[in-house]
Amino acid sequence: MNFAHRHVLGIKQFNAEELNFILDTAKSFKEINTRKIKKVPTLRGRTIVNLFFEASTRTRTSFEIAGKRLSADTVNISASSSSVVKGETLEDTARNIEAMHPDIIVMRHSASGACHYLAERLDCSVINAGDGTHEHPSQALLDAVTMIQHKGQLAGLNVAIIGDITHSRVVRSNIDLLHKLGASVRIAGPKTMLPPGLERLGCKVFSRVAEALEGADVVMMLRIQLERQGKTLIPSLREYSRYFGLNEKNLALAKPDAIIMHPGPMNRGVEISSAVADGAQNVILDQVENGVAVRMALLYLAAGGEKQNHDADEGDIHERLAD
Amino acid sequence: MNGLLIKNGRVLDPANKIDAQLDLLVVDGRVAAIGKNLSAAGAQIIDAEGLLVTPGLVDMHVHLRDPGLEYKEDIISGTAAAAAGGVTSIACMPNTRPVIDNLAVCRYIINKAKEQGTANVFPIGSITQGLKGEMLAEMGELKDGGCVAFSDDGVPVVSSELMRRAMEYADTFGAPIISHAEDLSLVGGGVMNDGPVATELGLKGIPWVAEDAMSARDIMLAEFTGAHLHLAHVSTRGSVELVRLAKARGLRVTCEATPHHFTLTDEAVRGYNTNAKMNPPLRAQGDVDAIRAGLADGTIDAIATDHAPHHIDEKNVEFAVALNGIVGLETLLPLTLRLVEQGIIELSQAIALLSCQPAAILGIDRGTLTQGAVADIALIDPYFSWQVEPTKLRSKSKNTPFGGWKMKGAAVKTILAGKLVFER
Repeated sequence: MNFAHRHVLGIKQFNAEELNFILDTAKSFKEINTRKIKKVPTLRGRTIVNLFFEASTRTRTSFEIAGKRLSADTVNISASSSSVVKGETLEDTARNIEAMHPDIIVMRHSASGACHYLAERLDCSVINAGDGTHEHPSQALLDAVTMIQHKGQLAGLNVAIIGDITHSRVVRSNIDLLHKLGASVRIAGPKTMLPPGLERLGCKVFSRVAEALEGADVVMMLRIQLERQGKTLIPSLREYSRYFGLNEKNLALAKPDAIIMHPGPMNRGVEISSAVADGAQNVILDQVENGVAVRMALLYLAAGGEKQNHDADEGDIHERLAD
Repeated sequence: MNGLLIKNGRVLDPANKIDAQLDLLVVDGRVAAIGKNLSAAGAQIIDAEGLLVTPGLVDMHVHLRDPGLEYKEDIISGTAAAAAGGVTSIACMPNTRPVIDNLAVCRYIINKAKEQGTANVFPIGSITQGLKGEMLAEMGELKDGGCVAFSDDGVPVVSSELMRRAMEYADTFGAPIISHAEDLSLVGGGVMNDGPVATELGLKGIPWVAEDAMSARDIMLAEFTGAHLHLAHVSTRGSVELVRLAKARGLRVTCEATPHHFTLTDEAVRGYNTNAKMNPPLRAQGDVDAIRAGLADGTIDAIATDHAPHHIDEKNVEFAVALNGIVGLETLLPLTLRLVEQGIIELSQAIALLSCQPAAILGIDRGTLTQGAVADIALIDPYFSWQVEPTKLRSKSKNTPFGGWKMKGAAVKTILAGKLVFER
């Protein structure tokens, strides 16, 4: 199919066919990451700027490795070393970077809509690596690859997402993607962390974790961030853990073969017990592994997905993408 | 004789219950006569056939940004925008730099408007010194100097005790307190209406209860003190209901609504449109419907713009950091006339909401065509079709969510004290 998107701003912009295409592309890139020589020349000569206005280890590293394995030149800019502290506007910062002709800017920013804002003003591609509490499309895509890896397909799955929904960009992207590809989404958390309108988005909403876990195929736990959530939403981590944490006991309510996911970083003993986090059902590191393949796919597609300079190693990928 | 004879228009003066095809004679800047087939030797004649002849409109909620923030707006550009909108009297909010909390700033505004402006400007003094919410401003002197009301608009008076004293003190001098009703702890850093749209966009919501809770407190204080409370820019169903209840109980409570709050919902924010960001925020359809019902049944006393000019650099940023507010003076009239076309309110009601009713709240002798009144007059073509082009607005700032909208109705001539100040 013809992938007609220059930017990747959110799951919202894609239909089911396009999402499946991205997931298939990611799957075909996955093999490269297990080779001894983990590099293909697909994006040789392209420049990717990772522009991160918020701290990130996992996502930034993942995008950087993805770019490098495609032979692109990758540059990392973090907010602390950028002009933000000098009072420069986001548009000016981005325009200055664009003047150096990058092909893709991968951006993380604390303001919802910041990537949308940039995409409207720049000529290069923009990939959203997380904007405020809005979207985190590459995370939802890597979650989907992981679910498919373990469950075969998304259609018909019952996915329980538990935690602070209000402040989670991961959730917004996941809800949209899962619904578009036929899964059901159940949401649970304290009412202080459930935003209005979740039902309108097609979710089943529970305030008791047990109800959401009952018969779930996938359990996704969200990180509790006291620094972001402030002090009024929950009384203590101790109580949160007791009523909203995942442990061996309540996990038994889910299907016996349910998989456990977490976008990281985990707070062991808060939203997830170590026994569960390290248990047989956890696929948390599969998520991280699949993240690289998903980001390779997004970089490749945003760069235009053109055939160029490819050697035999990647010929199979391009052959497949050509039809 | 210095005369002006406006012939054959539909004279609409709600304060005097006049709505008829009549002539209006202005002599020496005042309304000399209204009647059939008037004639006056030597008077300049304006043919108003097909036009409405109404009192010059009164906008009781405007941010003129002068002194101190003239890069957004000043008294000259702001009153030019007013004149183009058919508005001849504006009350300006005190969040200037310095704040209108002293006689010098009050006089500066009045004098500059008189010398260089094209509309009457009535300053609203601050409730507290420097808008800090700590000490009362010198309301007695400010009232004598020309301030018509007191408000800390933009920020609520957090302390209930201070708000009580402000009402008592302002009432001593016969001035209303205009409340910007917002419980800041409930706002909690929100940037748009709390609801499904905010959830989807990942933007922090401002729940309706933030407004309702403070409106309720202020109404209770108005009951307790017996003072005149005016609620600025009501945006929620709850606020409208609270005012309705207060009026039924005979309290001295009035309120205003803005055109954007009865025209748009929070759906306008989609795409992170910073020209749809204001405070109070655009709300849900149920709130819009409640405001329209409140206008129709008289619960809401005035339509006011909350004209809030901001420079493009302050809007061309991430949504969360964009400043609140939109310009409104030049779209006030057509957006109000839309309500008439939609059958929500009568034409005479619309004009009353835009003239004599806000004038009565402020206690100013404007908003009527009574014989002897200052001849502030708007000649309105209710069928004039035009499109909003932000760059063509007279205001220095172009921050409107109505860019590209097709409008019906406009002032074609605006007359201030008998002098033509705007002509389309």
